[in-house]
Amino acid sequence: MSTATARAPAFRVNGWHRAGSIALLVYVVYASAQMDVSWERVATGLHNTVRFLGRMFPPNFTRWELLVKGLQESLEIAVLASALGILLALPIGLCAARNLMPAWVSWPMRLMIVGARSFHPVIVAIVFVKAVGFGALAGILALTVASIGFIGKLFAEAIEEISLKQVEAVRATGAPFMGVIAFGVLPQVFARFIGFCTYQLDSNLRNSTMVGIVGAGGIGGTLFAAFQRFDYDYVCAILISIIALIMLGEFLATYVRAIFIDGLSFADLFRRRVGDLASRRELHLEDD
Amino acid sequence: MLSIKHLSKSYVAGKPVLTDIDLEVAARGITAIIGPSGTGKSTLIRCINRLVEPTSGSIEFEGRDLVMLPRAALRQARRHIGMVFQEYNLVERLTVMENLLAGRLGYVSSWRAWRRKFPAEDIARAFEVLDVVGLAGFAHQRADSLSGGQRQRVGIARAVMQQPSLLLADEPTSSLDPKTSVEIMQLLTDIARQRGIPVIINMHDVELAKRFADRIVGMADGRVVFDGPPDRLSDAVLKTIYGGEDWLQ
Repeated sequence: MSTATARAPAFRVNGWHRAGSIALLVYVVYASAQMDVSWERVATGLHNTVRFLGRMFPPNFTRWELLVKGLQESLEIAVLASALGILLALPIGLCAARNLMPAWVSWPMRLMIVGARSFHPVIVAIVFVKAVGFGALAGILALTVASIGFIGKLFAEAIEEISLKQVEAVRATGAPFMGVIAFGVLPQVFARFIGFCTYQLDSNLRNSTMVGIVGAGGIGGTLFAAFQRFDYDYVCAILISIIALIMLGEFLATYVRAIFIDGLSFADLFRRRVGDLASRRELHLEDD
Repeated sequence: MLSIKHLSKSYVAGKPVLTDIDLEVAARGITAIIGPSGTGKSTLIRCINRLVEPTSGSIEFEGRDLVMLPRAALRQARRHIGMVFQEYNLVERLTVMENLLAGRLGYVSSWRAWRRKFPAEDIARAFEVLDVVGLAGFAHQRADSLSGGQRQRVGIARAVMQQPSLLLADEPTSSLDPKTSVEIMQLLTDIARQRGIPVIINMHDVELAKRFADRIVGMADGRVVFDGPPDRLSDAVLKTIYGGEDWLQ
């Protein structure tokens, strides 16, 4: 008996994992053959890319008024869609949480969230352009739908993971349902909710530069037109501006998270920055 | 005050956790419920404020049968029953003050609660209660920054904020060290005596129960097998409650 246990392998070989990995490898080889990917095509592609990049520089900012107008509209679309989306996702996510709501409430809400998540924002934007016409409104509505889907789903999941002991204690005080939500549920998920919201704002900012391609407002329309007219230097100017906008958004999101989640004030943030710099300098001195 | 009659509870049909419990609790005094793990002490206490729904029987409190109350009336009744938990069950991410004011949620409108606009007298009382439990100056600390003993003090303070006419405590000292356990029991019983309200406490620790309780209820297999003052709790009685005798030596 004891010799048999001593000889048992330390790790069991999982045949299914092995078979799955081999099948994946075989499929990748098969698919590349189907797609007619060859070194020749990659080589000509690289050549084209170099020529294309060459025509993009130097970037051309002469039509900056159009650029700024487009960026402004994108920013408006992103902010309004985020605000509207967050406002709607809060009750929808709450109602979709299966540990708080009976099945007849949570299932319709979950279906709604699945619906909102099924299509890419650009596809939703096409539908809204048909419904409300060209312009920013279609973009706002499309990104609102995307925000509801994303925040609603993650918020509901966060609520399903909360500690029910804390909720039970608040219920035991005789608190009404909304009181239990305000004191027992939301405090447990608030930080994560802020996280989801800032992430979605970031995502909306990126998508708001794209919905313009299908006529739903924002810088995307300008970008698409420049591409079609082969104004590659103007395309480059637009791309640089978009990168700047996204970076600004990221920066803001970091600050919003620091303030809401870590409870820091602006003064704290400033001090932390300065403190970081100071400690970095000290480290540097020690190195010398 | 509180009168439990023929109370039974089974989570799974045919496997009762509580069987035909009869218990009368007077308008004051400390009642400790002792018994082995899994014998239904926690279930019994939770049936009283219906955090667990009883299967049958009646629980009369302030002249009404809690078991039959519809939801809204049950919430009204719960306001008068404070509860202290084994793992404190504070809302971790809220401040001590917010946790205390959670005890007033049954009395203020949800709209005010969402905006944290509690009446001035509630806030004044919260500061008083903090003094009583020995946590003056902790109002703005977050609950998750406190030690176990401090947390249980907040748990007691939250229950007291309800101005309850009955206190329930479910293993309030099981997560604490022996010294802190005694301090917490002292605080709980002092508050109860001072306010003249009855307390029902589930306990693991027989010695602690004997020291602080006026009355001991022994449970085994979901039934009450002993009910009397601490000095009548002999070894023979402990044997019927916990079974075996080797541990008594």
